[in-house]
Amino acid sequence: MKDSVQTKTPCFSLGKLVAKAYLWALLIILYSPILIIAIFSFTEAKVLGNWTGFSTGLYTNLLSGGVNNMLIKAIENTLLIAVVAATVSTLLGTIAAIGIHNLHGRRKSVVTFLNDIPMLNPDIITGISLFILFVALGISQGYMTVILAHISFCTPYVVLSVMPRLKQMNPNIYEAALDLGATPMQALRKVLMPQLKSGMISGWILSFTLSIDDFAVTLFTKGNAGLETLSTYIYADARKGGLTPELRPLMTIIILAVLLLLVVINLRKKKENE
Amino acid sequence: MEKSEYIIQIEHLSKSFETNRKRVIEGIVHSAVNVLDDVNINIRKGEFITILGPSGCGKTTLLRLLAGFLTPTSGRILLEGKDITAMPPYQRPMNTVFQRYALFPHLDVYDNIAFGLKLNKIPEAEIDKKVRRVLKLVSMTDYEDRDVNSLSGGQQQRVAIARAIVNQPKVLLLDEPLAALDLKMRKDMQIELKEMHQKLGITFIYVTHDQEEALTLSDTIVVVNEGKIQQIGRPKDIYDEPCNSFVADFIGESNILNGTMIEDHKVSFAGHEFECVDEGFGNDTPVDVVVRPEDIYITRKLEVAQFTGTVKSCTFKGVHYEMFVETDSGHELMIQDYNAFEIGSTIGMLIKPADIQVMSKERLCNTFEGRVTGDDTIEFAGGEFKVDSQSLQSQVGETVKVQIAFDKVELLDNKEDGVLRGQVKFILYKGDHYHLEVVTKDDYKIYVDTNDIWDKGDIVGISIAPSDITVVRDE
Repeated sequence: MKDSVQTKTPCFSLGKLVAKAYLWALLIILYSPILIIAIFSFTEAKVLGNWTGFSTGLYTNLLSGGVNNMLIKAIENTLLIAVVAATVSTLLGTIAAIGIHNLHGRRKSVVTFLNDIPMLNPDIITGISLFILFVALGISQGYMTVILAHISFCTPYVVLSVMPRLKQMNPNIYEAALDLGATPMQALRKVLMPQLKSGMISGWILSFTLSIDDFAVTLFTKGNAGLETLSTYIYADARKGGLTPELRPLMTIIILAVLLLLVVINLRKKKENE
Repeated sequence: MEKSEYIIQIEHLSKSFETNRKRVIEGIVHSAVNVLDDVNINIRKGEFITILGPSGCGKTTLLRLLAGFLTPTSGRILLEGKDITAMPPYQRPMNTVFQRYALFPHLDVYDNIAFGLKLNKIPEAEIDKKVRRVLKLVSMTDYEDRDVNSLSGGQQQRVAIARAIVNQPKVLLLDEPLAALDLKMRKDMQIELKEMHQKLGITFIYVTHDQEEALTLSDTIVVVNEGKIQQIGRPKDIYDEPCNSFVADFIGESNILNGTMIEDHKVSFAGHEFECVDEGFGNDTPVDVVVRPEDIYITRKLEVAQFTGTVKSCTFKGVHYEMFVETDSGHELMIQDYNAFEIGSTIGMLIKPADIQVMSKERLCNTFEGRVTGDDTIEFAGGEFKVDSQSLQSQVGETVKVQIAFDKVELLDNKEDGVLRGQVKFILYKGDHYHLEVVTKDDYKIYVDTNDIWDKGDIVGISIAPSDITVVRDE
């Protein structure tokens, strides 16, 4: 048996080669735009695509604050909105998931379905509907409306990442806590939350990235008092005539950060499955 | 209320759950299923009481009502004379051992057990003392730092018990705590539970579907079926004197036969007359007769026997032989004896008067309320049946009473062929035929006597010949 396996392995088959080539072609097509940004972040040329020699000048410029104040402010706004939106969504989504989990039959499927719709809804529609809602309610647009908007589209994702944890949980655990003298709030804090922690963290990270990533909804809810997030700033900047060169290293850093988060999420999942 | 001798009194407790399906019973629209129906139990302090019944009988619902996870539809629960029906679970001085343990996976053994004590703000040193004491009691010393997920089923169960009793509850509720363990482990844990009960002096309320477990452990057994208490009594009383055929069939092995009470102390079944100790049934009354397999004595001297039969099968069961014997009247009886008798041999049998348990029948035929829908049709039990037009002398729309003998109901393999469709819910072997309870989709119960073999859970078609439907005019 062992011999036959050894004689077979060195053989290259054409099919395998094609499969490999296909995979690499796919990866290159997927990642080349990102790679180009990363490569051109190491040159100081004003126009993207020109190579004027290797330099880390753009990075030093960016990190030493030698760029537009507006850009720094936009980064701050983006992070602030993302952290607040992700945190609030995680709380809301977790509690909602617990509620949905305890529903039965038709009611459960209806609420689950309602939870799915915002995720499938095109961003532009979500953005415009929220814009109309805020106008109708007479809420002046700014930080508050952007954060509310982000919470509204992040929460369903948190529900989605917490639900599987609830399904896995022994249904008697909550009752066991009550039985041992915990009030419902204590049971939620001391027993349910620790059980759902990993789902909540995944939900938070997901919401955080979704919030940073968002453009369409933010554009329609940020108002005209000058609030800019990174995405709306870049959009405006690009329309003004060429991308500010410092955005290239910034994007590279963001891509790396997202990559890191992804690795963290995957490692957590792997650990959980074990 | 003055202090009573009972720690727990359950008074007229009923629980029904809402369903989406509407059902019509006796003209009234029901949208709820009665899971518990007017349950009354008094539990003495320190008693080991077992709620015994098949799955779905409402026993777990009863336990959840006691623990406070559910609120009853009506009735009340008293603890030491005080009404606790509306008290939330975290205020009740009771603790539960759950069927699937329900240990907190994020805490180790020590913290699981200390959970209740910490909530009660008991000083650290005292918690430590108490946890160590219960760990010793459940023989789990040295396990306090272990992750609960790394424990075996039996060990997890011990931790679950320790976690409950460390709070010194007045009542310990146990929901099939041994169901997930293998046989050997279950036997060991039974003995340990019994010892623990004696040592602690806490009232144990134990829920199980395992009749042997109930007989072994309990001071008192409450047999529950379909949400109703069938019988309450000491294990021996329930075994020796089951009050109906359900209890007789559910607890232990038994021969249940149709019989007739000829007069006081005289009953006939399996084609013979027997002396018995029962009285007060009236003369010539149809009854159910129960004889335990170990209570039939076999003799080779046919002339002294009360009746005779032929051995059909003989199986060695460790302590005794289990034989199936066909009597001269064609009934099949199960007999347990220390001696084996050859298959095919003719034997004589004797039954002592005290070993014959006579029970009044719950019903003699199927009875339904029906409505005349045409010249020869009546609607009842959720279906429209043809009847003999001669016997039907009622106007359309009139309400009538319909009776069908058990053996006149026909069950069909092909469920599409019958007027109604039903599911076999309960099967009782009566020696020469099977007595089935078939439940229709509208929850009507139809009782059937048949020689055919059906399995519990079978979906069957139900049809009744027009001539077998007896119509009684409503007065």
